Amino acid sequence: MVRVAAPRSLAAVLLAACFGLAIPSGAPPARAQGEEALPQEHWSFSGPFGAFDMAAVQRGFQIYSEVCSNCHSMKQLQYRNLTAVGFTSDQVKAIAASVQVPLGVNDQGEPILGPGTPASTFRSPFPNEQAARAANNGALPPDLSVIVKAREGGPNYVYGILTGYTDPPAGVQMQPGMNYNKYFPGHQIAMPKPLSEGQITYADGTPNTLEQEAHDMVTFLTWAGSPEMVVRKQTGIRIVLFLLLMTGLTYGVKRKVWAQAH
Amino acid sequence: MAGLYKSEYKNPVVNWIDTRLPIFTMMGREYGTFPTPKNFNYFWNFGALAMITLAIMLATGIFLAMNYQPNTQMAFDSVERIMRDVNYGWLMRYVHMNGASMFFAVVYIHIFRGLYYGSYKYPRELLWMIGVVLLLLMMATAFMGYVLPWGQMSYWAATVITNLFSALPWVGHAVVTWLWGGFSVENPTLNRFYSLHYLLPFLIVGVAFLHVWALHITGSNNPLGIEPKGPQDTLPFHPYYTIKDSVGLCVYLIVFAILVFFAPNYLGHPDNYIPANPLATPAEIVPEWYFLPYYAILRSVPNKLGGVTLMFGSLLVLFVLPWLDTSPVRSCRFRPIYRQVIWLLVVAVIVLGFVGSHRPEGIWVVLGRVCTAYYFLHFLVILPVLGKLEKPLPLPESISRPVLPGGGGPIPSAATAKPMEKP
Ligand code: HEC
Ligand code: HEM
Repeated sequence: MVRVAAPRSLAAVLLAACFGLAIPSGAPPARAQGEEALPQEHWSFSGPFGAFDMAAVQRGFQIYSEVCSNCHSMKQLQYRNLTAVGFTSDQVKAIAASVQVPLGVNDQGEPILGPGTPASTFRSPFPNEQAARAANNGALPPDLSVIVKAREGGPNYVYGILTGYTDPPAGVQMQPGMNYNKYFPGHQIAMPKPLSEGQITYADGTPNTLEQEAHDMVTFLTWAGSPEMVVRKQTGIRIVLFLLLMTGLTYGVKRKVWAQAH
Repeated sequence: MAGLYKSEYKNPVVNWIDTRLPIFTMMGREYGTFPTPKNFNYFWNFGALAMITLAIMLATGIFLAMNYQPNTQMAFDSVERIMRDVNYGWLMRYVHMNGASMFFAVVYIHIFRGLYYGSYKYPRELLWMIGVVLLLLMMATAFMGYVLPWGQMSYWAATVITNLFSALPWVGHAVVTWLWGGFSVENPTLNRFYSLHYLLPFLIVGVAFLHVWALHITGSNNPLGIEPKGPQDTLPFHPYYTIKDSVGLCVYLIVFAILVFFAPNYLGHPDNYIPANPLATPAEIVPEWYFLPYYAILRSVPNKLGGVTLMFGSLLVLFVLPWLDTSPVRSCRFRPIYRQVIWLLVVAVIVLGFVGSHRPEGIWVVLGRVCTAYYFLHFLVILPVLGKLEKPLPLPESISRPVLPGGGGPIPSAATAKPMEKP
């Protein structure tokens, strides 16, 4: 067959040049220049075989209830979802009953509160956005249900936010009511440092370092954002194995069929 | 008289039906015995893969629609409900979401195949043009689908893209208001996008049917770009290509599954998990990856009307491609210069993809302009001129005899570059 030798090499050079372009832009996406590189934590749920460390998820839920839920809602979750992380249904009933949630209106048309049930949505700290802003210096604490999926860098970013509070470097002018955070874009965050060393008392005796607390918190938030993750990955492994087998079989049949081609 | 069909099927039930509606005969002819060039490579899998992806999108989309709420107050939450409370809802949604990416990847490769092997040339011009219509329909469908989850990128992409129409002279603003159904992207916009997102895929099904119909009139092209000369050059579609397509399908599904099950949000933008907020513009508004090259072309000129014209022009130029390419030879294998030049186009498009994902500053502006210029230069200047200047390599006599007996040596000049066999 008549062939020209050069083209492959030209194509290769050009394509290589293309991927060369990808490198400056490809590295940890979209962290603007001059921003701190995110911490690279080890997570129980990362990788194709990763699964949630359920004890960590439960500890994270404890932190959410004690700390974050004073400012942040989690509207996509109901208390019933907690059975999936190892709480018994009695524990879930007790957790739900310990919070006061809106139960509609009474006969006079006034809103009433009462103990929650497993079907109740996680209690929101503020009735509306205005109330939330008024209590937080004008800033709105975002709903945390899918926060890990909603930030570039996911778990490492949220971990960074929780551990990234420092004193502002010399010469940085802070806006009133703002706090310095290494990892927050622009570094001035309205959220006061929510977690600190020794703040949480764990029932299971886990050491309450800031790193441990932040790690547990992020494990919980990741579960909350992707509760299907473990089932998803396990299904995926089975499906990919099946498809590999099918590919082999199909390819074998194909060879056999094509052997008869004239 | 419109007579009954004389069916050759032995099975009495099949025969009874086929006599009245010769659908078995038709399927057998179009997908069973259909004579197909025997020398396809795996690039010829991608049409079938596109068909299957289309079916997957329809199937998952219909289940999503059962639980989705096209209302600005509820859309975002309803998608999360699907992911959390609908049985296998996460699977439906992640397959649909990543299926759009897979669909574009497949169709882009499919188009590249057409460019490389000259499948757009006589007599397949109309087949090619129907393909471009399919691409346009897919783009419209994907754009409107992306708006439905009503996240930040949904909202702002909808705002940016609909606003493009304001560049139209005189009527621009009226058109935009009409598209929106109001004075900004709002509930009426979401409602109509949902309605159209449900409608367009069925148009795609119809147009894809025409596409395949046209294909079965002209017959397929092949890597050599010469027409089959007789039965020795073809094989029946079944079992040869049904099985070859099945191999490709298995490999394709592996890639698809890895994306869906292990990195379902890898190709998406995290901002789309923030509910739409008309008061907060995201730091950067970027479209999905498959629109990035067009977005780069759009932003390559500082003038809005100019950008919009170039962007639509970059697609419309494909319609006239069969008449821009003046070379009588189809396959790049026999076009020593074009087979190099075509890679410049590939590189320009990939670079445009990167440009589209960056703020138009510094080097990105320059790269965007150079590549946009090259894109149009390629189609409007290089293709017409090159066809006249380039000396094609000798074409093989037939598919089953690509090399002359005796092997290797140059083919006698009598056989050299015979123009495509026009009747
Ligand atoms: C005193 C109220 C308060 C508490 C308690 C609180 N937050 Fe916040 N949080 C805020 C406010 C206000 C913001 C918005 C910050 C801004 O936009 O500047 C915020 C923002 C955030 C963000 C988003 C940062 C970003 O990238 O936009 C995360 C993540 C977060 N909080 C996590 C937590 C976690 C986890 C806890 C519990 C350990 C917690 N917060 C406790 C008030 C609070
Ligand atoms: C919804 C999207 C599409 C579907 C479902 C689809 C489907 C198909 C199928 C099944 C074939 C036959 C198998 C093959 O040759 O690979 C085919 C052939 C073809 N398609 Fe498409 N197609 C789509 C989009 C496009 C687009 C966007 C273009 C070009 C702009 C295009 C151009 C062609 C051409 C030129 C052929 C004939 C190729 C040949 O035989 O050499 N198609 N298509």
